[in-house]
Amino acid sequence: MTWIVNYLWLIPVLPMLAAGVCALLKQPQRRLSATLAIGSMSVSFVLALIAFAEALSHPAIQVANIHWMQFGDQWVSLGWLLDPLAAVMLVMVTFVGLLIFIYSTGYMAHDPNFTRFFCFLSLFAGAMLGVVIANSLLLLFMCWEVVGLTSYLLIGFWYHRPAAAAAAKKAFITTRIGDLGLLIGMVWLYAQSGTLLFYDNGSGCLEQHAISALAAHITIFGMVVSTAIGLLIFCGAVGKSGQLPLHVWLPDAMEGPTPVSALIHAATMVAAGVYLVARVYPLMNAHALEVVAWVGATTALFAACIAVAQNDIKRILAYSTVSQLGYMMLGLGVGGVAVGMFHLITHAFFKALLFLGAGSVIHGCTEEQDIRNMGGLRRFMPVTFAAYAAGTLALCGFPLFAGFWSKDAILHSAHGWGISRGPFYFGAIGALLTAFYMTRQVYYVFFGPRRVPEAQAEPVASPRHPAEESVIADPHESPRVMTTPLVILAVFAAFLGFVGTPAWPWFQSFLAGQPARFDIGGFSEPGLMALMGVSSLIVFAGIGLGWWLYGCKPIVNATDPDALERLAPGPFHALANRLYVDEIYEATVIRLTRFASAFSAWLDRWIFGGLVNLVAWIVTGFGWLDLGLDKYVVNGGFDMGCREVSLFGRFFTRIQNGRVQNYLRVIAVALVILAIFLLWGHRG
Amino acid sequence: MITALTLLPLVGGLFILGLCRTRDSARLAAVTFAFLSLVLAVLLWFGLNPETPGMQFEELHAWAPSLGIAYHVGVDGLGVLMLVLSALVVMMSLAASWANEKQGPVYFGLVLLLEAGLFGTFTALNFVHWFIYWELSLIPAFFLVRLWGGPGRARAATQFFLYTMVGSVGLLLAFLALYLATGKFDLVDLTQLAQANQIVPSLANLHLRISAECLGQWLFWAAFLGFAVKTPVVPFHTWLPATYAEAPSETTMLLTGAMSKMGIYGFLRILLPIFPQQMQHARTPLLWLAVATIVLPAFAAWVQKDLKRTFAYSSINHLGYCILGVCAAAQFMGPQAELGTEKAAALTGVMLQVFSHALTAAAIFWFIALLGRRTGGQRGVDDFGGLRKVIPVFSGLMGIAIFASLGLPGLNGFPGEFLIFKGAFPLAPWATSLAVLGLLMTAIFLLTVIQKVFSGPVNPRWEAMADLTTTEQLAVLPAIALMFVLGLYPQVITGMVHGTILQWIGGLH
Repeated sequence: MTWIVNYLWLIPVLPMLAAGVCALLKQPQRRLSATLAIGSMSVSFVLALIAFAEALSHPAIQVANIHWMQFGDQWVSLGWLLDPLAAVMLVMVTFVGLLIFIYSTGYMAHDPNFTRFFCFLSLFAGAMLGVVIANSLLLLFMCWEVVGLTSYLLIGFWYHRPAAAAAAKKAFITTRIGDLGLLIGMVWLYAQSGTLLFYDNGSGCLEQHAISALAAHITIFGMVVSTAIGLLIFCGAVGKSGQLPLHVWLPDAMEGPTPVSALIHAATMVAAGVYLVARVYPLMNAHALEVVAWVGATTALFAACIAVAQNDIKRILAYSTVSQLGYMMLGLGVGGVAVGMFHLITHAFFKALLFLGAGSVIHGCTEEQDIRNMGGLRRFMPVTFAAYAAGTLALCGFPLFAGFWSKDAILHSAHGWGISRGPFYFGAIGALLTAFYMTRQVYYVFFGPRRVPEAQAEPVASPRHPAEESVIADPHESPRVMTTPLVILAVFAAFLGFVGTPAWPWFQSFLAGQPARFDIGGFSEPGLMALMGVSSLIVFAGIGLGWWLYGCKPIVNATDPDALERLAPGPFHALANRLYVDEIYEATVIRLTRFASAFSAWLDRWIFGGLVNLVAWIVTGFGWLDLGLDKYVVNGGFDMGCREVSLFGRFFTRIQNGRVQNYLRVIAVALVILAIFLLWGHRG
Repeated sequence: MITALTLLPLVGGLFILGLCRTRDSARLAAVTFAFLSLVLAVLLWFGLNPETPGMQFEELHAWAPSLGIAYHVGVDGLGVLMLVLSALVVMMSLAASWANEKQGPVYFGLVLLLEAGLFGTFTALNFVHWFIYWELSLIPAFFLVRLWGGPGRARAATQFFLYTMVGSVGLLLAFLALYLATGKFDLVDLTQLAQANQIVPSLANLHLRISAECLGQWLFWAAFLGFAVKTPVVPFHTWLPATYAEAPSETTMLLTGAMSKMGIYGFLRILLPIFPQQMQHARTPLLWLAVATIVLPAFAAWVQKDLKRTFAYSSINHLGYCILGVCAAAQFMGPQAELGTEKAAALTGVMLQVFSHALTAAAIFWFIALLGRRTGGQRGVDDFGGLRKVIPVFSGLMGIAIFASLGLPGLNGFPGEFLIFKGAFPLAPWATSLAVLGLLMTAIFLLTVIQKVFSGPVNPRWEAMADLTTTEQLAVLPAIALMFVLGLYPQVITGMVHGTILQWIGGLH
């Protein structure tokens, strides 16, 4: 085991330390905080490259485990690992992260909370890298939660906007719903296999011994334990990766600054769910994978539909991200780790590119996000336009661009999936829609005449520099510090796919730990070429449809109804309102929770508290009763008795008044009565 | 050593009540005595050998031998954890009171008396003087609430006092019956009898009309009542929100940080060791009560309008996890090694949770006290808004405390909750799965508090609010730092209690 494995923990810890230091900095120390963040990220990137080289030369899994805390005579252990899967992610996260950090120095240059922004961003990078190298589901979960925290903090970065604060809360809570499933899955796995270490010299929970033990147990609903645990862990992935039905937070998360959307809500964090499933893949048996595939396919189609009718440049990309994450899950479900991960990596590059491009557009148009109010930007921002076009073609899956190879691998696997052809059709329709909505967006933003909305006649205070009044000026190209990352990413979006073509499946072999070899015969696999042809046709059809509706007749007015709206107003409105998912949740789940809360408070007040008060009243009642008895019965009776006695007393006093003549009078009367009585009695 | 520890705050309290006439001298004396107590408690902590089973630093003096009463004190991992915890919370509370002009010399004296009561309760090993401390600690607490509380203080203090007293009556009756049956008041002796299965047979000596088993069950519930009110367990908790809200926030720190732990301590020191069979027999209702204690307050917290009531409910919810851990650990008696592991996990989690909740809850009420002093007592959830902009340091630090309360990994709340769930899930899967709802609702209401208080546009009333002063920052920072330490390296605590845990597991056969 080489030193890089032993010191692999430095990769996440360095950005975390940078975050810690940034947290203590004062707001004016901008340059220092950005330097710290970028510097630590650069070192992590170099270390990640070294780790990657190590994984290339030793593809076997290398681990380092440590004791964390003790309970009774057992230890909870944590650890980190290096294998091709982790190495690929490490390089991707540090590289994309580094580019986005650099871009942010330009994008956030005027923000008063610049220092804090880099603090949160570094903390995020550290936690995300922790997720990647974790060799323990517990450590992964811990970093996973911290990633969720940073996502929360960065979505709500402009916390003075109520929408941002609400979106941040929604993101945290929605993902936490999934995380609770993950937590239960985790403790269940811990109970069953006695460890949460993934690999531990044969006794880890992902190793043969534990897996076969898990497969032997049957639990509720006749499920095998490993299916149940796999699905619970998948719940976490559903939340984090914005899969149906927990996708609602991701579009709202676009309230955060655009670099955040690029890094966290497109390239890395949301992909962590996919990475999690890939990491615990040995645990996922066929039944669990079936669920994964269906959830992924449904999400891919569902989100692509909604993206068609959105007008916010970032929301379109957000739904596109949800949809692409669905493809990754589908890839994992039907094809295996390599298929899903390949799309994850290519998507990270081209979606980060698209978001940064969108950020550049927003920056150039003074905070405008509505695509209807843009138009003609290719003349003003040529570099951004070129880069954005490359990203769009990659996302659409235009032949030879990165997305083409990775998406095709997914569709190919879905086509060959033995259980059902459904996911394949979902994916294919989704691909058509993807090409369509991206074309629509590009035409709205970059082509046609420049459209200035009437609302902008009023100066709008921008969220990023509230003090500064925005002026209506022509859009301008962004500074070099922002366009350079765009160009670099564009190169990757165009060419990255060539590391995983059927002829030279280097990426797939690397993940499998085998040497790759070039073999042009890879294309001759039955059905492969035909499928590629079909998927290319689908892409062309989508782009053509977009051109027909939005491109061939330039959009002149910002207020004109959408071309699709004119064709089919009903469905368009439903899609524009995100198929009312948020409203349905509001009316059901959230209302139920509110009711439960009110009921709990009522229970407390009137039942639990009421009973106590009732007892108190009863006791007090007895007290009053006692008082009454005392006062009127006992005391009253006593008083009455006393009164009687004193009355008698007074009577006797009156008799015994000491006058002898009275006594004699009484005696005389008594004698007379006695005499009469005796005489009477004697006679009778 | 232990006697000295208990005497120190007692002497300090009497000294302040008797001699200190000014607020300045009283608070200085109080902080000095509390600090010395903390030092002593920490010395005990480091002096304790975690590998040795049984009580350490024991002192045993005859008192009334004919009645089975002795002065018997000692600590194990649990005891020493509680001592450090109470000393720490008292220290925090005094620091919070430092600048509160309303609280005069008597206040500081009463706080120290309360600390003495806590120390006594956590070290006494003979029921009689344990019970004396248990009751004595109530008296200063009553006056702290009654004299310095909010507008509803009279009602709240009376309810608090009477409710707890009623619970204690059950406890007293149970132990009198045990004494009559076994002739012992000593908790260690009773534990040994219980583990040798001799308590129930000896109950037959009482010649009552009901069977010994049935009587044992009744005695368990009677004792349970005492701890259930103190902790509290739903539905015996209704005194708590009112008391926590009406008490001055500095006192609430003591109530939630230290006094509520007396209940958990009772569960661990008395119910679990002395009534194991009875507890196992009552497992189903106990688990339901535990789940109710976790879930219902978490729901109720969301609709509270008063910050202190919100966090009061949050406090019940957090202690509910402890109850769940204890009840799950009591569920299975048997020598199986795997179950032993799970029980050890649950009980270790309870220990961590007890400590971490004390730290977090005390910190949160401290922040509320600081907030209250800046706003003249405003503490409605809806009274604020946008405070992050006005008082960023305060908001950041309180945010850390809130996330610790939420159980964010890396902060102190997580390791305990994880271990409780890890241990309780295999022992009581359904109850534990339901309890997860509590985790969700905790996130919901805590984030709602953050959203309403710290985010959004600035409420114009508070635009001029002052951020934490340097002194306040320095006072709060150790507590925040401790949150990180315990979150990242919980072995600080688990390493100290594992011997005690193993002994309990051994005894729970």
